[in-house]
Amino acid sequence: MDRFLFLTLDGVSTGAVYAAFALALVLIWRAARLVNFAQGAMAVATAYVGYAVVSATGSYWLGLGAAVLAGLALGALVERVLMRFVGHANPLGDVIVALGLVLLIQAVLGMVFGNEYRPTAVPFDTDALTVGGIAAMSPYDLWVLGAVVVVVALLALLFTRTSLGLRMRASAFAPEVSRLLGVQVSRMLTVGWALAAAVGALAGMLVVPTGLGLHPHAMDLVFVIAFTAAVVGGLDSPAGAVVGGLLVGLILSYVTGYLGPDTTPLAVLVLLLAVLLVRPGGLFSGPRARHV
Amino acid sequence: MTATRPSEVPTERPPAAPSALRRLLPGAPGSGTVGGSTLLRHLIVAVLAGTAVVLLTNQLPPYQNLQVARVGAFLCVTAGYTVLVGLNGQLSLGHGALMATGAYTVALVQQALADRAVQGRWILPLSLLLAAGVTAAVGLAIGLAAARLRGPYLAGVTLAVATLVPAITTIFTDVFNGEQGLRFPAETPPASLGAYFQPERWLAWVALLAALVTMVLMANLVRSRFGRSLRAVRDDEVAARLAGIPVARTQVLAFVVSAACAGLGGGVYAVLTGTVAPGKFALELSLFLLMAIVIGGLGSLAGAVWGAVLLVALQDLPSLLTETFTLPSGLARRLEGNLALAVFGLTLVVVMLAAPGGLQGAARDLLARLGARRRHPSR
Repeated sequence: MDRFLFLTLDGVSTGAVYAAFALALVLIWRAARLVNFAQGAMAVATAYVGYAVVSATGSYWLGLGAAVLAGLALGALVERVLMRFVGHANPLGDVIVALGLVLLIQAVLGMVFGNEYRPTAVPFDTDALTVGGIAAMSPYDLWVLGAVVVVVALLALLFTRTSLGLRMRASAFAPEVSRLLGVQVSRMLTVGWALAAAVGALAGMLVVPTGLGLHPHAMDLVFVIAFTAAVVGGLDSPAGAVVGGLLVGLILSYVTGYLGPDTTPLAVLVLLLAVLLVRPGGLFSGPRARHV
Repeated sequence: MTATRPSEVPTERPPAAPSALRRLLPGAPGSGTVGGSTLLRHLIVAVLAGTAVVLLTNQLPPYQNLQVARVGAFLCVTAGYTVLVGLNGQLSLGHGALMATGAYTVALVQQALADRAVQGRWILPLSLLLAAGVTAAVGLAIGLAAARLRGPYLAGVTLAVATLVPAITTIFTDVFNGEQGLRFPAETPPASLGAYFQPERWLAWVALLAALVTMVLMANLVRSRFGRSLRAVRDDEVAARLAGIPVARTQVLAFVVSAACAGLGGGVYAVLTGTVAPGKFALELSLFLLMAIVIGGLGSLAGAVWGAVLLVALQDLPSLLTETFTLPSGLARRLEGNLALAVFGLTLVVVMLAAPGGLQGAARDLLARLGARRRHPSR
């Protein structure tokens, strides 16, 4: 029972990171109707920037800020320089360009920083606190959870309470009408990419210390898990992404805890297939009309 | 997307009856009705290409022959892959894992036979056939799921498959021997070729034969009724269904065929080194394969040849650089591996943005433009 409780709490904290990362995927999907397969590589690149700042200045918070800023810049750059020019003749074009970007980013990181695992500094203790004799969450897990909750709340405020959020939703929902009403749709697309990459950067900063360390491939599996989380929630729903992230985090925590860490990729594939074959629109989808 | 432009033939002249020679020679794309037997035409091209490569391998030193062999192994994979992605529109990122399936099948079969002291020249073709068969079965399983998935969803699922290889080899470590991988007896040239026959040349021939068989089969498939169904399903599923094409069955079958090619290629790839290990079949391999078919031109078999050649040539680029220029050892170590990755990634992005038809498409456009200029010199 103690172990179950521990795995549950652990699952919630890793699930929070998956939720943030899935949220980044959903943001781009809603804005541009594409899955950003380069999200993981972009997040690793910004994490490298963040931890370089941490080791240069000694301040975790400066590094975190630098990573998020780098995420904003990288997201806008990728949209402005690459994704905008992908032709629509081939529907797979955007996925292929994103995968090329993955190779490019990982290679550049490997050339600049080397292909070794680099240890990362964390601001909080990663040893679990014991509450009533039971190992519960570590202070670092609590920080992760808190940070994700704040980001989700901020995004919810942005999309429901501000003019920018309204314009972004409008240009994703009805681009032509929005353009007629004076919304700069293409600029909203850039903002969407920047925002998503910044959320991804934050998730990257949070998740890297829980793994083996900083490495060009550190986010490969995390990306697949986050994609699963986004699909579980339905790619279209931010709330679904959060719930999906927590759900996938819990399931993977149990699988890893009871069956061993090697089974994680297998569990991810089974989960992904199960959701896609049983409820392709995600757990929260309603009945959908088919367009011919 | 790949619609062939009707050639500008003057209408007043009646079409001449095709001569016997014309019927045998490879016709231009789209002239299928004039060219006689498609199979015969493809076989002639294959025999000519095969003879040319065999003559070439007689002149090459061992390492270059091994590279020819690697091109052959990759060509098996890219030929089937480009049919799936380019002609059927299903983007799989799991072909590296399918190659691993074929490679491990060959390794396990050959190891099991070697343990029982079974010998014979039939072991190689048998293990390669089994590799194609087992991988086709795996492809059937993925394809059944894939037929219900579209675009990014399929890419995501197959990406998950690609990350699975190291995990599977570790979970079933007593079968696959984990990270270490498997070794099996190296392939030797038959005694009838002489005692001093270069082993690499034999490997190149084996890979070449596998590649030619795959290419001929794929070339015929592409021009068959099934090939047209593949394209119809890619372009418009609803229209294809209205025309009586079983959409799901076509998609599953495309995946199975493509998987069998990947299994064969993976098997040949394993035979070249006599070892298999999960590290060789990482996610990057799938992305490399994708680059190979994109740069050659999605859906084009000639493009698959370009892609396989470039895949092998570009992987040797870093070692060429470090040999040509004396680099500091730290820099050289960082460039090794990463430089090829960077070049591949950049090529993928640039080709997709600048020339979505790939090298083959660009060459075709250029030829068409030159031809048009010759026919209408006043323009």
